[in-house]
Amino acid sequence: MSEKTLKSIRRVGYALWRAALRALPSVVGILIVVFLLLQMVPGDAADVLAGESGGATADTLAALRARFGLDHPILLQLLAYLNNLAHFNLGYSIRYNASVLDLILGRLPHTLVLMAAAQVVAVFGGLVVGALMAARAGKWTDRLLSLVSLVFYSTPSFWIGLMSLIVFSVWLGWFPSGGNITIGADLHGWAYIVDYLRHAVLPVLSLGFFFLSIYARLTRSAMLEIARQDFVRTAHAKGLHPLRVIVRHVLRCALLPVTTVAGMHFGAMLGGAAVIETVFSWPGLGRLALEAVLARDFSVLMGILLFSSFLVILTNVLVDVLQAWLDPRIKLA
Amino acid sequence: MTKALLELDGLNIHFPTQHAVRDLSLTVGQGETLALVGESGCGKSATALAITRLLAPNARVGGRILLDGENLLDFSPARMRAVRGRAISMIFQEPMSSLNPVLSIGTQLGEVLLQHEQLSRQAARQRAIELLDTVRIPEPQRRIDDYPHNLSGGQRQRVMIAMAIACHPRLLIADEPTTALDVTVQASILELLDKLRRELSMGLLLITHDLGLVSQWADRVAVMFAGEKVEEAVAAKLFAHPEHAYTRRLLASSLHFDQELHYHEARLPDTSEDAEDLQAHVPTGVPAANEAVVASQAPLLKLEDVHVAYRTGEKEFFAVKDLSFEIRRGETLGLVGESGCGKSTLSKTILKLIPAHSGRILLEGQDITRLGESAFRPLRAKIQMVFQDPYGSLNPRHTVEDILGGVLRAHGVADKTERHRRIVETLGHVRLSAKSLNRYPHEFSGGQRQRIGIARALILRPALVICDEPVSALDVSIQAQVLNLLVDLKQELGLSYLFISHDLSVVRYISDRVLVMQDGRCVEQGDYRSIWNAPQHPYTRSLIEAVPGQSRVQVAAA
Repeated sequence: MSEKTLKSIRRVGYALWRAALRALPSVVGILIVVFLLLQMVPGDAADVLAGESGGATADTLAALRARFGLDHPILLQLLAYLNNLAHFNLGYSIRYNASVLDLILGRLPHTLVLMAAAQVVAVFGGLVVGALMAARAGKWTDRLLSLVSLVFYSTPSFWIGLMSLIVFSVWLGWFPSGGNITIGADLHGWAYIVDYLRHAVLPVLSLGFFFLSIYARLTRSAMLEIARQDFVRTAHAKGLHPLRVIVRHVLRCALLPVTTVAGMHFGAMLGGAAVIETVFSWPGLGRLALEAVLARDFSVLMGILLFSSFLVILTNVLVDVLQAWLDPRIKLA
Repeated sequence: MTKALLELDGLNIHFPTQHAVRDLSLTVGQGETLALVGESGCGKSATALAITRLLAPNARVGGRILLDGENLLDFSPARMRAVRGRAISMIFQEPMSSLNPVLSIGTQLGEVLLQHEQLSRQAARQRAIELLDTVRIPEPQRRIDDYPHNLSGGQRQRVMIAMAIACHPRLLIADEPTTALDVTVQASILELLDKLRRELSMGLLLITHDLGLVSQWADRVAVMFAGEKVEEAVAAKLFAHPEHAYTRRLLASSLHFDQELHYHEARLPDTSEDAEDLQAHVPTGVPAANEAVVASQAPLLKLEDVHVAYRTGEKEFFAVKDLSFEIRRGETLGLVGESGCGKSTLSKTILKLIPAHSGRILLEGQDITRLGESAFRPLRAKIQMVFQDPYGSLNPRHTVEDILGGVLRAHGVADKTERHRRIVETLGHVRLSAKSLNRYPHEFSGGQRQRIGIARALILRPALVICDEPVSALDVSIQAQVLNLLVDLKQELGLSYLFISHDLSVVRYISDRVLVMQDGRCVEQGDYRSIWNAPQHPYTRSLIEAVPGQSRVQVAAA
């Protein structure tokens, strides 16, 4: 490894560290606000447990609450939670009878696969479709693609998910309708991967297409804007092939706004993933969050919140690094 | 003239809304410099783009464009690509935006070499370094991996030139190659172009609005007006005996440094389209203010040892250093210097938009250096500013009434009829009719827009107007119009000006006293006669020497 690479790795690490430090106060602030808000939700974990077991006496409820520490004053509960957090303990799930960290780490990979795949589909698809639209601006290809992207842009992703379920898994039977693996198949190695991927296709596309259409429209407008710049005329005056001018000069510069927006939409995609996971019963963080709300299992919810904020911070830093790499005018501080 | 390299034969260019070029016929010989001169919108740039067939697809081109006798308009796109960058290359006006900001200059130089010549990447890189050396970029081995933003404007234009000459073109088209550059840089770029033209025996088509440049560098000149060629002649003859009325007007209205013209003695001939609405006014020169009276009054603005610093990270950078000067009532102080010398920082400091680091600024004897914003606010009306770009400095979504009324509202003129009265009065000062009130900036010409900008500065009845390059973005005839207006207004309203410009001819015409700045310091100041005729500082001398077209007097006299 050359000295230059080492140096840039150190710089990226430093940028990450600084971003985490900067974000720490806001993460703690959000946790406190959410904790207090959750207390306003009617009912608690004891109510839900009692309800599911078909009823309980007031004494049983009180005993349950005492066991989970739900009978303490709210402020004390909050302090206890923050104290645990300071010792890197995310707490214990009443509902699942497991440590929150284990629960989250079990679900996180599935969400990450879903989101990473959807982001890749959205960015690359968006760039290709957008470049095609820009190159054919005003012609029928452009109009058709604009129309299609408008449809995906304005349709809620759960609806796209439901429709794709009906068409591709119910009618055509091409893809499984839910879950992430075939239950009871006990597959290993290559077969497992193929099975996993087959399950992933519909959720990834349903989640990705909304963002794909956003990026495509952005790429189109950015490229049309850049195509008017003086340096593009310079490139043509050099005698370069038009395709080369588009890829090397126009698209290259259009990457900058697209990566910025893709980074900003990461949080939105996390929200979208929760919906898609529910539609496709994909065992990810989003579905866990929903289940945690229904069970009033707030320590799980808080844990998910914490992880998502770190995920968003991490992506933002990575986008910053990517930007600095794409645009020499930007310096990583 | 040697054998014709490029021949335009009855060239016509139609845009959907405009017949941009009409029946233009021109020839450029091998090793010859032909200047194509005209004001903005006359079709000169369209002609340049038509030759390389780089016009927008909605343009229709008729006639013939012959390169070595072959009509470029008949070439297939692939064959045309082989011509671009190889047989014909181009240099554009804006060195800031003509290079791709995200690719290194080595990559961009290599691109043209790899496109037209069978070279390995390594060889292309070597050639790129040699080319950078040819255009006199210092330390080319190190600079080749730099990005455009690491280079100064002049260096970027050198890189553009290196790119253009990379494949030894037969014809080089330079479209306003030095308009955006400082005078000293301008001179060295043109010298370089001329040297390369001789060494590579290229034909050079020099497109410009600057007659000074033309007189110094061109063999022959073609003058264009509204899409037509009105005159073509050998350069010396054109300047000595202009035949067409338009050429004569153009020559008359452009300021030349060696014309000893000053606003006390003469007005500039106004040849612009909207000249008639300005005609009603004083046609003669303005008598010099009584110098004894001027001297006896307290200075309107006085700067004492002013420093202005910018902080970038840990480092402190002084943009203005140890500057002292004063502007007396009714006086125009010309401020000359090249880009980055601290001119604009200085004007912002006087307006208190950025704080002075040390020193004192006195307005009518009152120290305003440490005045808080609320205390300074009433005094703001006394100092107003006219900006360079009449296109960028007016909000396109505001009508003239909004633009001018907003200023009054900000200064507490609450009564609507009072505002209206003052707006109409100020429009009268800048010779715009009250009909302009409900129109938007894009409905006006460049000169009219700059007059709106002047009205915005005048509506508060300031004592001092800071004019930051107010005519640099304008065509020569409009330049004359705006300068005349400024001279008239100074007399009518008793204004003082701080007139900032990089154009020595303009400063020479309008200033009573001149201050020369270099690297944030004042190197010389003096009255308008002594500073030009007996410059003391070497920097002032180098600025004066760099002004193009100084050989004209001799040519005209011959």
